[in-house]
Amino acid sequence: MKVMFAGFAGIMVIGVVAYFGLHEMGFSSQDVYSSGNVRLD
Amino acid sequence: MLRHLMALFVLVLLALPGVASAQDVRPPDNAVNVDAPRASTGGAQTLQDVLRRQQGLAVDDSFRRNNIGGDAGTAPGLGPLGGTSDAEQWRALRYNEADVRVTTLNTTGKVLVQDGGMWWLDIRRGALPAYGGWLLLGTLAILAVFFLLRGRVRVEDGMSGRTVTRFKAIERFAHWMLAGSFILLAVTGLLSLFGRKVLIPAFGHGFNSALLTGTKYIHDNVSWAFMIALVMVFVMWVWHNLPDRTDLTWVRYGGGIIGKKHPPAKKFNAGQKLIFWSVILLGASVSVSGLSMLFPFDMPLFGHTFAVLNDTGLPQALGFGTLPVNLAPQEEMQYAQLWHAIIGFVMMAIIFGHIYIGTLGMEGAYDAMGSGEVDVNWAEQHHSIWLEKVRETEHRSPAE
Repeated sequence: MKVMFAGFAGIMVIGVVAYFGLHEMGFSSQDVYSSGNVRLD
Repeated sequence: MLRHLMALFVLVLLALPGVASAQDVRPPDNAVNVDAPRASTGGAQTLQDVLRRQQGLAVDDSFRRNNIGGDAGTAPGLGPLGGTSDAEQWRALRYNEADVRVTTLNTTGKVLVQDGGMWWLDIRRGALPAYGGWLLLGTLAILAVFFLLRGRVRVEDGMSGRTVTRFKAIERFAHWMLAGSFILLAVTGLLSLFGRKVLIPAFGHGFNSALLTGTKYIHDNVSWAFMIALVMVFVMWVWHNLPDRTDLTWVRYGGGIIGKKHPPAKKFNAGQKLIFWSVILLGASVSVSGLSMLFPFDMPLFGHTFAVLNDTGLPQALGFGTLPVNLAPQEEMQYAQLWHAIIGFVMMAIIFGHIYIGTLGMEGAYDAMGSGEVDVNWAEQHHSIWLEKVRETEHRSPAE
């Protein structure tokens, strides 16, 4: 049971890390396709 | 190939009303040359095209697709467009054959007319949720019938109370990370697919919008946990899932699921090996198409795949003709979405069976993943070769 909850906790941790990590990397289409003359927000 | 397969399904559905037509579709008596070849109409549509379209049959549009100006485009001394007509220019744009240069960063800026849009929308709204939904409901129905007929597979000599360790903590951790993320991804995926069709009529636009915004966050971020867990599961268990001779025996006995035989098995029996390889291969496929959608227009998969398939000659041999290789960026994303959803449905159906057998279907099976310890009578009945090996290892290195 403990290991199952540890697995679920792992999912949540990886999810949160992925969310913030990807946004830091500028992965969203908004970041990728914006430029000096193009604002997408 | 997939597009043609899907188109075939839709065509069969649409062609059925054509068989039971109330009135005869005959050209008027004063019509000239009903079966006239296309050249006599100056390359335009014929009456045959119109009739076929009315009956929902496919129209051969090569007379349009191949009529995009050709050499006239580079005729010297006639400016940038050469000698092509406006109609030929628009056809080139429609079939993604025009040489377009744009200043937008996003390559989709080049696409003015996307010919592949409507057939995708029809499938996305019609065939995909319909066939996928019936697949899932049908699988549940089959499992219910099987349970009613076969009942629970009992441990024949009863539980002994003595256990043996089947799965270590890290194995169970990886499995539950994979399983938990799969459940979340499956539920959020189904919500996304059925939002417009089911959720909006039932709960309204505001609710649907709020729900699907959250759903998208969950689906996109939990997918990484799924991919990591998939790699872990593969690395840990691939050696135990390679096919061997015991699998032939196991299959010959029908796995023991029908009747009372107990075919021997190692750590994983043939049925489990099927589940393993289905999850690995389909999971990898769904992950790659999902990554393609996580990074839109950055990972076009299908144009290249179709080119490779065309080179093998397989689509032509199967009657699908040459698959399109010059896909607009949106078309690539559309194929990725369809593939992702179809593989997702197939995986969900398979996992329904896996969950059934691991919980309701077989007494003593859940303990393997729940606590990691299984009853020796259960192990003797279902994985006798594995139990023997475990006992040998224990005898060789007895616990202190």
